[in-house]
Amino acid sequence: MRHIISILIENEAGALSRVAGLFSARGYNIESLTVAPTEDPSLSRMTIVSIGSDDIIEQITKQLNKLIDVVKVVDLSEAAHVERELMLVKVRATGKEREEMKRMADIFRGHIIDVTESSYVIELTGDTRKLDAFLDAIDRSLILETVRTGVCGIGRGDRILKV
Amino acid sequence: MQLTGAEIVIRCLQEEKVEYIFGYPGGSVLFIYDELFKQDQIKHILVRHEQAAVHAADAYSRSSNKIGVCMVTSGPGVTNAVTGIATAYMDSIPLVILTGQVPTAYIGQDAFQEADTVGITRPCVKHNFLVKDVKDLALTLKKAFYIARTGRPGPVLVDIPKDVTIQKAEFHYPKTISLRSYNPVIKGHAGQIKKAVQLLLDAKRPMVYTGGGVILSDASDKLIKLVRMLGFPITQTLMGLGGYPGTDRQHLGMLGMHGTFEANMAMQNCDVLLAIGARFDDRVIGNPAHFGQVPRKIIHVDIDPSSISKRVKVDVPIVGNVPDVLDEMIRQLEASQSRPDEKALAAWWAQIEEWRARDCLKYKMGKDVIMPQFVVEKLYEVTGGDAFVTSDVGQHQMFAAQYYKFDKPRRWINSGGLGTMGFGLPAAMGVLFANPGATVACITGEASIQMNIQELSTCKQFRLPIKIINLNNGYLGMVRQWQQMFHGNRYSESYVDALPDFVKLAEAYGHVGMRITKPEDVEPALREAFGKHKNDLVFLDFVIDPKANVFPMVAAGKGLSEMILAEEL
Ligand SMILES: Cc1ncc(C[n+]2csc(CCOP(=O)(O)OP(=O)(O)O)c2C)c(N)n1
Repeated sequence: MRHIISILIENEAGALSRVAGLFSARGYNIESLTVAPTEDPSLSRMTIVSIGSDDIIEQITKQLNKLIDVVKVVDLSEAAHVERELMLVKVRATGKEREEMKRMADIFRGHIIDVTESSYVIELTGDTRKLDAFLDAIDRSLILETVRTGVCGIGRGDRILKV
Repeated sequence: MQLTGAEIVIRCLQEEKVEYIFGYPGGSVLFIYDELFKQDQIKHILVRHEQAAVHAADAYSRSSNKIGVCMVTSGPGVTNAVTGIATAYMDSIPLVILTGQVPTAYIGQDAFQEADTVGITRPCVKHNFLVKDVKDLALTLKKAFYIARTGRPGPVLVDIPKDVTIQKAEFHYPKTISLRSYNPVIKGHAGQIKKAVQLLLDAKRPMVYTGGGVILSDASDKLIKLVRMLGFPITQTLMGLGGYPGTDRQHLGMLGMHGTFEANMAMQNCDVLLAIGARFDDRVIGNPAHFGQVPRKIIHVDIDPSSISKRVKVDVPIVGNVPDVLDEMIRQLEASQSRPDEKALAAWWAQIEEWRARDCLKYKMGKDVIMPQFVVEKLYEVTGGDAFVTSDVGQHQMFAAQYYKFDKPRRWINSGGLGTMGFGLPAAMGVLFANPGATVACITGEASIQMNIQELSTCKQFRLPIKIINLNNGYLGMVRQWQQMFHGNRYSESYVDALPDFVKLAEAYGHVGMRITKPEDVEPALREAFGKHKNDLVFLDFVIDPKANVFPMVAAGKGLSEMILAEEL
């Protein structure tokens, strides 16, 4: 099962390597990992997407909690939450494909944020499936480059992750 | 008052009432050593190799429950120390390790004797710090001691660049500290404990299984009280020995790969298992799937939530400090009207006694050749069962654990988790610093002892009257045993050729050496070593049966009850 684990961690040098090291040392899988400071600059928030059985995810949560720098850990996917990922796609945009690309970006509520004579950079946000769907919808041979941030997520309503 | 970083380090250690630092100097720690020189509250023990410094500090802690402290220089000093740090980490031993680092401006430049200490040690410490600003130094050291000793204990490393030891800051050592990201649980959940007590009272075939957590948390008295109240059988892991008296009838001996027949059978066949400060590791329960074939309810008490339901699914998890949880269990049992089911218990004990009657630790004793088991039995007699015993890793370690019946906690000092050859001798040094005047024996093998033999020199300098019990079989015995049993007698690289003359070697270091080749000389030699040579280090080189094996044995991947017994061969 796919899980989204949110971590509040002291914003110290080396904090990221402690988390990444834990995953590699114990053979846990990381689909994606994002990290940035929160509104309180002494804390960072990390979102890790991992795939594993319930037992493994339980161990991951426990092991993360054991790290001295980790303040809080929640498995967002245990309850209602929203998740988003940002993707930038550079596509070939010439001839009649130029118009087609613009139309696809609009359908997926993307923005074109860079334009040259022969290419666009399209910015898209959404959950992982939506971004995948976009890539499937356009002609693969037109994709020049893609970059994705990995998932970040937040609990719905009263579910709040704070110190 | 403004102090230099080096002065601050020493002041912090003094505030922590540190008696000994085990260490080895070098360029990056020179200013700290200079401050050490100017005071006499803290004594420095100069070892001959950094690995030994960490093992000595580690055993100092294991044998006393004080924090062990060591200090090494940057680069090779640190890499030499890593084996010691990993050893302490695997067995949850509280240490503070101070390491020198190249000056901050040089970090990352491949400077002379630079190593990424924080990176190298990260997976084998409870936590580590790099201090980049002298203003953070005192607080960081306070955190290091606090983190090392609380919760599930462990080694904490503080890496200090050389320039930080020169710069000045106002010295303030906080009395207490709290960290928002680290709050170990102490009290167990009362509701869970209630469930556990009910399960224990309803059990028909109960079993208590304890590990190093009992020793580390000084819970021995409470464990004894609880187990006697319940009248249940108990088994202990290699790390738990001494937590409950080894000579007591309720004790079935050690369990696991080389556990007793009765302990392993009772563990496998119980219907309610109370696990305390133990972690169901592969050397203890063998194949978890085989262990799971018998339905049983498991109660697991541990300070570390990640130890619970890691390898074996647990029914009643209780996260908490062992003595606190045991206290509450005892309180609830005393308050309860019900008592354990006497009839069921009597039947269970009858079954256990049948298993015990197999006498799985008996061995054949020849007239001409010394058996290793016999040496340990004689050592037990001669020392009145009251010595501190350290060991290395191999067959001798298992013989020590099987035949020396430890009645008290913190007497049996060995590397259980990492299995580090070379641990025994430096560990014996650490024990003597924590327990001056104590009787200390190091049970070792001719291969293991050579992994830190240079410490004979440290022993001379500090007059440490350790008795080295070298069970010399001329083989990497444990390796040879596996090759005999599982690799068709192909003894690939397990014969130890060109052994030194250990008697002369001991003498060269200024100690007493003895070589014992006949069974009838074993006891007299031991009596002489512990009598006439009480105050000397004595190296007793026992030439033993080269092919003696350790039994019972649960082969790797097999189930606990699938033991190979000596009588079957
Ligand atoms: C540092 C290290 N290297 C290798 C091993 C693997 N190993 C385990 S037991 C053993 C043999 C030990 O031989 P010896 O010290 O003579 O003890 P014996 O088994 O003969 O009693 C070896 C090589 C280890 N545990 N530690």
